Amino acid sequence: MKLSIFSVALALVSAAPLVANAQDASSPGITVYNAQHESLAQAWADGFTKETGIKVTLRNGGDTEFGNQIIQEGAASPADVFLTENSPAMVLVENAGLFAPLDADTLALVPDNFRPASGKWTGIAARSTVFAYDSRKLKPDQLPKSLMDLADPSWKGRWAASPSGADFQAIVAAMLELKGEQATAAWLKAMKENFTAYKGNSTAMKAVNAGQTEGAVIYHYYWFGDQAKTAENSKNVALHYFRNQDPGAFVSISGGGVLASSKHPKEAQAFIKWIAGKGGQDVLKTGNSFEYAVGIGAQSNPKLVPLSDLQAPKVEPSNLKSKQVTDLMTAAGLL
Amino acid sequence: MRSGRRRAPSRRIRWMPILAIVVSLATLLPLGFVVWAGIATGWGTAAALIFRPRVGELLTSTVLLVVCTLPLCIVLATALAWLTERSDLPGVRIWAWLAVAPLAIPAFVQSYAWITLFPGLHGLFAGVLISTLAYFPFLYLPVAATLRRIDPGLEEAAASLGQPPWRVFFRVVVPQLRLALCGGSLLIGLHLLAEYGLYVFIRFDTFTTAIVEQFQSTFNGPAANMLAGVLVLCCLGLLALEVVLRGERKYARVGSGASRPAPRTRLGRRRIICVLLPAGVTLLSIGVPLLTIAQWLAAGGSAVWQADAMVPALMQTLGLAIAGGVVATLAALPMAWLSVRSPGPLSRLLEGSNYIIGALPGVVVALALVTITVRVVLPLYQTSVTLIFAYALMFLPRALISLRASIAQIPIGLEQAAASLGRSPARVMSSITLRLAAPGVASGMALVGLGITNELTATQMLAPNGVRTLAMAFWSLSGEIDYAGAAPYALMMVVLSVPLTWVLYAESKRIAGR
Repeated sequence: MKLSIFSVALALVSAAPLVANAQDASSPGITVYNAQHESLAQAWADGFTKETGIKVTLRNGGDTEFGNQIIQEGAASPADVFLTENSPAMVLVENAGLFAPLDADTLALVPDNFRPASGKWTGIAARSTVFAYDSRKLKPDQLPKSLMDLADPSWKGRWAASPSGADFQAIVAAMLELKGEQATAAWLKAMKENFTAYKGNSTAMKAVNAGQTEGAVIYHYYWFGDQAKTAENSKNVALHYFRNQDPGAFVSISGGGVLASSKHPKEAQAFIKWIAGKGGQDVLKTGNSFEYAVGIGAQSNPKLVPLSDLQAPKVEPSNLKSKQVTDLMTAAGLL
Repeated sequence: MRSGRRRAPSRRIRWMPILAIVVSLATLLPLGFVVWAGIATGWGTAAALIFRPRVGELLTSTVLLVVCTLPLCIVLATALAWLTERSDLPGVRIWAWLAVAPLAIPAFVQSYAWITLFPGLHGLFAGVLISTLAYFPFLYLPVAATLRRIDPGLEEAAASLGQPPWRVFFRVVVPQLRLALCGGSLLIGLHLLAEYGLYVFIRFDTFTTAIVEQFQSTFNGPAANMLAGVLVLCCLGLLALEVVLRGERKYARVGSGASRPAPRTRLGRRRIICVLLPAGVTLLSIGVPLLTIAQWLAAGGSAVWQADAMVPALMQTLGLAIAGGVVATLAALPMAWLSVRSPGPLSRLLEGSNYIIGALPGVVVALALVTITVRVVLPLYQTSVTLIFAYALMFLPRALISLRASIAQIPIGLEQAAASLGRSPARVMSSITLRLAAPGVASGMALVGLGITNELTATQMLAPNGVRTLAMAFWSLSGEIDYAGAAPYALMMVVLSVPLTWVLYAESKRIAGR
């Protein structure tokens, strides 16, 4: 152990930056802040690159984490494109005035109800809220009629959710929009008493399947994805759709937008257009994501309950308030 | 065993403190950020966010975790160290290595394994169990090294005065283990406070998991910063405790004669019973994760081995671990030297600042650096330079503890002699201090490298776009409950950690200064 170890190590240090190949702003590729499932975003990126030759670098994280990060970064943001699983984080960035308007021919690919009127971002996929329950323990007549019923003391210790995830927070944002602040705060307080916290929707579903809890408030596609694989985490699980314009029937819109600060606006716009168009929407239909396609004329996977049958409540995506939701959840002791 | 406190050569005094202060100021950046955020939040909001039931819950669970885990680790590590260093246990060399080997299993892989075996495992019990299995080697290493080094003469003197063996152990040996027990316990305590992945798997909420959750919801909302503030106070508490317990004594052997290895106690017929302890610990701490990984790999088949994703992840992790290890060690050197050679209020203060940084969760360090780089030094934003800087800050305590223990073993007279013969301070540093502290340098770098290989939260926030380390890939796949897909990454982290752990083990076997 002589000092030579230092010289060797120092030589290696100087090589480290070569290892970590940061995206160069002058390259024709784009950087995507991706809060969507990595496998889906990767499939989109690969399909787009194959068709256009434009390189896509994904940075993976969470919806609101990235939304706030983009706001912190401001004009210096390395991101060209922002993709989310839910709308509230898109609204956050939009309200900060950091999105560039999307090209008109991109907006023409998506129906009005799946994008904000501002045209600053667009829906790229959708997911339905469900109550995933243990079919061994609960019969259809014992299921909650409304998401609001889960606040009832009779549900104490019987249901689960992933409160730290943007998915669940989007559902709360919809409740806030539909039922108002007082009812939502009361519901969250009751939730703290009644529910068990899991990290991630898949984990919550797995717990239902293992008999650790009777049901979980998650999105529909986790169940379909697992069924398509080995069903090892969902064989005892069935899905309950609340329907009836209930907050629990909320359909959450995944968003995509181009940042105003992008150094590659043309490529970034092309990427969103590709996702909203046939190429990107077909990935949803044929891939293993099982999220709903939202493009005009686009088909979702035939295994899914059609979007039109879900009786989702009408919620204007631009009204979903992520900050108020996290404040309420923090006040309720959920965060 | 006291040697008189002497002044170090005065020429050295000038630049070592300056370097140490510079490093300390760098370590205070994240803390300064949290304080700044607190001030920016305002007292009313801050109080509302700190004095709420949720914080009480987190405080209770975090304190319980530390209070339950540390004594278990101390007893377990000391028992194993005594068996491997002071008894004629069959296969003693293998057991000694196996007591260190759990360090090669990242904490969250340990958790992933246990949750696979027992899907319902959660809460405090699970936290204490898995934390103990994951972290006890941090105590075993220094305790075993000390047991190997201390002069049996003292014990023999005590025995010759008619003390029974167990009293000799508790009255003569244990006091000499004090530095090792304090240093190791502090390291484990800080790990418990800063660990994220391990506790997420078993749904055990600590301050760190709550902070990360807040960040994932709000990025850097005041709630997260306030939680971080409370966490920093917990770390200060641990640190103060360690300083008090460590005391002022010196433990270097001086005087005539030479130390010799202590004789091993004959276990006789108790050997069989005694083998059960290391065997059981090995089965739980290494057997469980390795068998689980093997099981998932078998279930996943060849489909889970995707070279185009794995090779870059491996190379990136390796590069970051080496770079961070070197930078952290260089940064820790002035501080370690100062704390041994001129202990005093200044070095305590500086050292304290270094331990606090190690206790801050990666996500706090990362956020501070994100904010600073994005607002002040934009060219460094999302570059590997910033990430390595974060690693060096976060893992400074590891480098520091290893170095401090090593430098404490170097008789000051050697440095003074070299200086009096006209060597420049830098030459003295390299030819005497560093050379004799080489074991500490090597084990410090290995410890830092290990930490980086398994670091998750700061890496995710600071990694340059396109970087995806083994830990990031593992976390993302296991989060999707694709446990089979995550298994190859778990295996690679283990494989990468084994040689680093071996360096630690081999260096701890050497007796410093020989």
